Amino acid sequence: MSLHTEEEEHISGVTTKTFLNVWFALLFMTGVEVFLAYEQLPVVIFLTALLGLSVIKAALIIAYFMHLRFEKLSLFLTLFPMLILCIILMLLIFMPDSSRLMMMRPR
Amino acid sequence: MSEVNTAQLTSVWSGGRSPYAVNSKKFGMWLFIISDALTFSALLMAYTYVRLATPNWPTPFHFSPSIIFSTIMTFCLLSSSLTMVMGVHAMNHGNRKAAVGWILATMAGGAGFVILHLNEWMNLIRNEHVTPFDNPWGVPLFGGTFFALTGLHMTHVIIGLIYLGIMAFAVGRGKFKAEDVEVSGLYWHFVDLVWMFIFPLVYLMSAKI
Repeated sequence: MSLHTEEEEHISGVTTKTFLNVWFALLFMTGVEVFLAYEQLPVVIFLTALLGLSVIKAALIIAYFMHLRFEKLSLFLTLFPMLILCIILMLLIFMPDSSRLMMMRPR
Repeated sequence: MSEVNTAQLTSVWSGGRSPYAVNSKKFGMWLFIISDALTFSALLMAYTYVRLATPNWPTPFHFSPSIIFSTIMTFCLLSSSLTMVMGVHAMNHGNRKAAVGWILATMAGGAGFVILHLNEWMNLIRNEHVTPFDNPWGVPLFGGTFFALTGLHMTHVIIGLIYLGIMAFAVGRGKFKAEDVEVSGLYWHFVDLVWMFIFPLVYLMSAKI
């Protein structure tokens, strides 16, 4: 019961306006992504911009909509560092190989 | 570390207290979300891998209907996340009637997403002749990865709709607590979060310009 009350106090610090602001920010970033898709940018810049915006959007959803910003730091530290590490490991191991295949194609 | 801090740390982790200050259902859902995030990460990486390694990767997504539909689908999911937050907020304040209304609004957003997504799938299958194993551009991996990735996500959305339907029904009958609605909200926000990566990587990266 005490935990529940403690949790409510945390959440009550956020107003409906905060959630609406987050929603508007997410919609705005989606609009920017669609705009960039038709701007003929170099692929690397385009991909970096898209992934950067996606990571910001994901962080906003996790922090505000999923309330992780209002949980104890121990919960975040238990869940996320290993997830990020696994993703980085997958990126480092697999992704360089995809460009190697591209180079090996006969021209 | 001072003696006081050591004593506090020991008391938190020595049992009898919740070191994360969350209930077991919420912690369980977080663990599921992390494991599912790894599944989607692996699929997205597999998609990106074959996308990079294939020089003639098709770009079948025309502005109309594909990009317009997928943008509206993104709007549906983002809006449904907002209504889900409002549902949790209402439940935290003991307003069950409002909570049911917000959960039903969330389901409407999710249902809109599924309908538009199926429409988009049918457009690809009928008009562009893309199937999971074949397409006119001779890159069968496109259909395989596209349908696997978006299909798994759509399955999650449909399961979320069933989950929320059960929650709305039970909350309306006076069952379940605020924390149960919050746990269902966590799942729904995760489904939204995954789409934030699928939309740019699958649709926008393959938009026909």
